Amino acid sequence: MATVIIPTPLRKFTNNTARLQVGAGTIQDTVKELTQNFPDLKKHLLDEHGKIRSFVNIFIGNDDIRDLQQEHTTVKEDTVISIVPAIAGGSPEGAGANGAVFTKEELARYNRHIIIPEFGFEAQRKLKAAKVLVIGSGGLGSPVLLYLAAAGVGTIGIVDFDVVDDSNLQRQVLFGVDEIGKPKVEAARRRLEALNPYIQINIYNTHLNSSNALDILRDYDVIADGTDNFPTRYLVNDASVLLGKPNIYASIFQFEGQVSVFNFRDKQGQLGPNYRDLYPTPPPPGLVPSCAEGGVLGVLPGIIGSLQALEVIKVITGVGETLSGRFYIFDALNFESRTFRIRPREDNPISGKNPSITALIDYEQFCGMRAVEDKPLKEITVKELYDWQVKGESFQLIDVREPHEYEIVNIGAELIPLSTVAANSERFDRDRKVVVHCKVGGRSAKAIRELEEKFGFTNLYNLKGGILAWVDQIQPELTKY
Amino acid sequence: MIIIEPRVRQLLVEDALNTFPDECCGFLFGREEHDGTRLVVDILVVDNSKEGDKTRRFEISPQDYMAAEAHALDHDWTLLGIYHSHPKHPAIPSETDRQAAQPYFSYVIVSVIENTRSLASPAEKAIELRSWLLNDEHQFEEEQILDYIYS
Repeated sequence: MATVIIPTPLRKFTNNTARLQVGAGTIQDTVKELTQNFPDLKKHLLDEHGKIRSFVNIFIGNDDIRDLQQEHTTVKEDTVISIVPAIAGGSPEGAGANGAVFTKEELARYNRHIIIPEFGFEAQRKLKAAKVLVIGSGGLGSPVLLYLAAAGVGTIGIVDFDVVDDSNLQRQVLFGVDEIGKPKVEAARRRLEALNPYIQINIYNTHLNSSNALDILRDYDVIADGTDNFPTRYLVNDASVLLGKPNIYASIFQFEGQVSVFNFRDKQGQLGPNYRDLYPTPPPPGLVPSCAEGGVLGVLPGIIGSLQALEVIKVITGVGETLSGRFYIFDALNFESRTFRIRPREDNPISGKNPSITALIDYEQFCGMRAVEDKPLKEITVKELYDWQVKGESFQLIDVREPHEYEIVNIGAELIPLSTVAANSERFDRDRKVVVHCKVGGRSAKAIRELEEKFGFTNLYNLKGGILAWVDQIQPELTKY
Repeated sequence: MIIIEPRVRQLLVEDALNTFPDECCGFLFGREEHDGTRLVVDILVVDNSKEGDKTRRFEISPQDYMAAEAHALDHDWTLLGIYHSHPKHPAIPSETDRQAAQPYFSYVIVSVIENTRSLASPAEKAIELRSWLLNDEHQFEEEQILDYIYS
């Protein structure tokens, strides 16, 4: 009988026997006999075609059977056969001296990513090397930014011109009560830096428009569009196409969310469709209201923004199949999802056969809206307000904060919370000066703009610095919050 | 659970540092208790027989493997597994490691993030040891390394 020496790792399949006796013949017969007697050995010795696995070496004495007659090598009575597993391995691919290097703290932080076999170190390294620009830090931007920062995207840019408003907090989970009135990008940066100190956050406290979009987008690899209006959506789409950057799109309205990946070049080099392949032109103005007008269920941007973050991560890492060429719709009310196939159109005005758009255009005009003019508000300082009071000047004082804030501290103004201002426009005097205030001045500015735009007021003054400035400079004995 | 004697740990780290920036490799010997706890009492350092770039790959020749099995037999030890280093990478198995991995074996990975010998204070901070075992789905699961308590 010939002897087969079983390697340690396979002995648990041979009842812990190291040496087995087999009949004479060829190696093929030996393997057959072994796998018949010990069926569990089969998958370790043979591949799905019944061939000896490439990482299993079989030796007769000191000779590899590959150097003899392979599986037809003769096995004699005194032959000693060794099954030798190939021992090999290595560290992950592609992380040479130029690749992103992780500190021990980062490795610990991202451990749950790195241990996923299909994700691993390679994907984490790509995240660290990636630069993502998130446009809008509101309902969608909040989860997108939180998850991208948490996931370890190395550089994140945030574009937003807005300030945090109390009515944002129902869905914009990046922010808290303390940030009301502060620029969103600054509040977002503070929150994200507290979450992940190993990444870089760049902020752009500005309106994205045709004159600055290319310069801002240029520095990033991936764009995530979380804006809430058509002009900016077309602007982001066109700028992404012109710069050749993938644009991960999401939008929400009331109970419905949409997600897709636009302008994405896949591994085969095929460029996927963009927003204009789906909607070549915008809907008539006013047909589709914004969240501010139409409302949105607060949890919906949490769901859709998370899906958007997922697609950003897949685009960066190349893991999985992205939504490029597909358009996903989630109906929260009926809990239904639909995915449509979308294709590049030949008549696409920016990426079709004969493109008519070769540079950014005026998107307000394109979407049938008048340009947003940032005409200056009339302002009044707390000292001036105090002077008016002392002099007995006739004016009306309105507070647009929330009732619970009013209870904490107030300066004798009439309370008309921001969300109810339009409905209560008749309570604003037209025949004398009206001073509008909030906590620090953001919400009152919004109230004034709304009243001016919708009701044509011209006598409204914004209290600079809000009630906090008043407490600081005029009545320090009052409560600050 | 795997217990690595301090002297053995020292040998592993030495080999990883000496071989840096290439990958080192070798065998782990010892015994397995009834409860599955493994005790590593010695190692066998072998050449990384990978041709070409050895900074991200290692290979052990079949001859060295057979010698290791014989070595275990001679000393009445069990061949418990393989160790190798990941220069500049975490002590987490790569996909390459997983594909080539054998059942039963403990795969101890020594991560050497930077060669501490070139630093003013050669600290342990840049070195990490972790051990991994295949489960029945041919996926790695971490095997806790139990630290010796010095008394």
